[in-house]
Amino acid sequence: MNELITHSAAELAAKLAAKEVSAVEVVQAHLDRIAEVDGEVNAFLHVNTEEALAVATEVDTARAAGGAEAGRLHGLAGVPIAIKDLIVTIGQPTTAGSAMLRGWMSPYDATVIQKIRAAKMPMLGKTNLDEFAMGSSTEHSAYGPTRNPWDLDRIPGGSGGGSAAAVAAYEAPLALGTDTGGSIRQPAAVTGSVGVKPTYGGVSRYGAIAMASSLDQIGPVSRTVLDSALLHEVIGGHDPADSTSLTDPVGALAEAARTGNVAGMRIGVVRELQGEGYDAGVQQRFDESLELLRGAGAEIVEVSCPNFKYALGAYYLIMPSEASSNLAKFDGVRYGLRVLPEDAPLTIERVMGASRAAGFGDEVKRRIILGTYALSAGYYDAYYGSAQKVRTLVQRDFDAAFAQADVLISPTAPTTAFKLGEKLDDPLAMYLNDVATIPANLAGVPGISVPGGLAGGLPVGIQFLAPAREDARLYRAGAALEKLLEDKWGGPLLAQAPVLGGVK
Amino acid sequence: MSEINREAVAHLAQLARIEMTAEELDKMAGELDVIVDSIKTVSEVAGDDVPATSHPIPLTNVFREDVPGQTLTNEQALSGAPDAEDGRFKVPAILDEE
Repeated sequence: MNELITHSAAELAAKLAAKEVSAVEVVQAHLDRIAEVDGEVNAFLHVNTEEALAVATEVDTARAAGGAEAGRLHGLAGVPIAIKDLIVTIGQPTTAGSAMLRGWMSPYDATVIQKIRAAKMPMLGKTNLDEFAMGSSTEHSAYGPTRNPWDLDRIPGGSGGGSAAAVAAYEAPLALGTDTGGSIRQPAAVTGSVGVKPTYGGVSRYGAIAMASSLDQIGPVSRTVLDSALLHEVIGGHDPADSTSLTDPVGALAEAARTGNVAGMRIGVVRELQGEGYDAGVQQRFDESLELLRGAGAEIVEVSCPNFKYALGAYYLIMPSEASSNLAKFDGVRYGLRVLPEDAPLTIERVMGASRAAGFGDEVKRRIILGTYALSAGYYDAYYGSAQKVRTLVQRDFDAAFAQADVLISPTAPTTAFKLGEKLDDPLAMYLNDVATIPANLAGVPGISVPGGLAGGLPVGIQFLAPAREDARLYRAGAALEKLLEDKWGGPLLAQAPVLGGVK
Repeated sequence: MSEINREAVAHLAQLARIEMTAEELDKMAGELDVIVDSIKTVSEVAGDDVPATSHPIPLTNVFREDVPGQTLTNEQALSGAPDAEDGRFKVPAILDEE
């Protein structure tokens, strides 16, 4: 294993700026790592070798030229990144993990991709996910599951298991994810990596294939808190192409991560996001993190969010309703799979039925049918309407909690990584894995998951939540806990991960 | 028990334009029944005095200047089409001839 790939994005950026290494060397080291271990991990659906090396060459040329051209380079120029395959890219296929979009080439770039191109960050490829981001294990991908680098028989979380596994396996220092109910934070938790769901509207969703539009958010995936902050600053900001995009400036996120100080910070423990349903090992690591934060000068307070217990139910009405509507566009007409029925009559309606039957997997069909049900006449008020009211109650809970605390804290997920196949036949058990991450999506508030240690040899995630538009607090608190824990461990958690692909 | 049974799923699948085999309908009805049962408490939580939230960060009237922006070319728009002719998407018959 080339030691270059063990460096954080911030460290790589410093080495590139100091001309200690070239961008081509950095990119090639990661491509070599992908070739070495991705047969086991299956984090990547597409590897973008040629373009990644070409962009790296451009960066090296500009840097060698010096002067104004080198001066114009972004701080992360030449630092490679992996992209969740829900985000559209010119020049690479975008599948959303679905047979519906096998080999589909987008005619346009997502806004976040335009920003990554502008920063000259080489794209290593597209990462695996649950089909259309629907799942908590990446087992619902039409292209096979991604495996957890900590234990290849276990799930890497989902839906963004590919992006999380890629950074945890040192195949990329950075990745992009999307988070509708926890799809960035829960994979980060179970792979021992870092993931951030920004404030709703803080990062443009233009070009992210929509699942549930009132919940979806693109965000950073990395191994360190500072790296997520640096990437967040690249992708954040207003975008007229996304009418839900906030006009606020991005904020000094990297500075907050570098400060990483919780002295005097009020940290609220959410009473409803612990205890029953949470593994004992998860709870232990969580309690230890609280003690460390207290020791570092944080004021730990308990807060109650009584309506959070209805959040999961509300989410599983709102999300399928919006998904059923968003996925209506996959009809075999404009792009994607078209399947002709075997018998007459050959009408467009029957072509749609056959195309959607063949193109969508079980979980996607389940959610479309559930959403169609929740939106149908006679049920709309009882289900979708009621769920939207619960959303108001969840927001009020957050408002009350944030009156008592600057940030909230909880375990990111109730369990560590479960075995592949373990919950595949029990959708409800799978849904319960998102119980701690969903409230943030319903209320639009930002959240981060940072590694909290191991339970039974598997990573545990600690989640911080902040008020809307206060993403910087996540980086301040997250970096503080990261440092406290790494001082205790004597290094990053991932240094304890088993060796992949033979000799280290 | 919820109202989701096999007949309801068959109707919903037709509305959602997803062909399903008899086996799929049985499986889906069983799974959805369990899911709907577990989430229906949501309808009992909030009273009439609680307003609905449709969007987490309130925004109103997001407009842009009425000037042409960047759009796809005809070629780009058709680049992923299963079938196209004369610069348009080509679809099978809309109406059943029988």
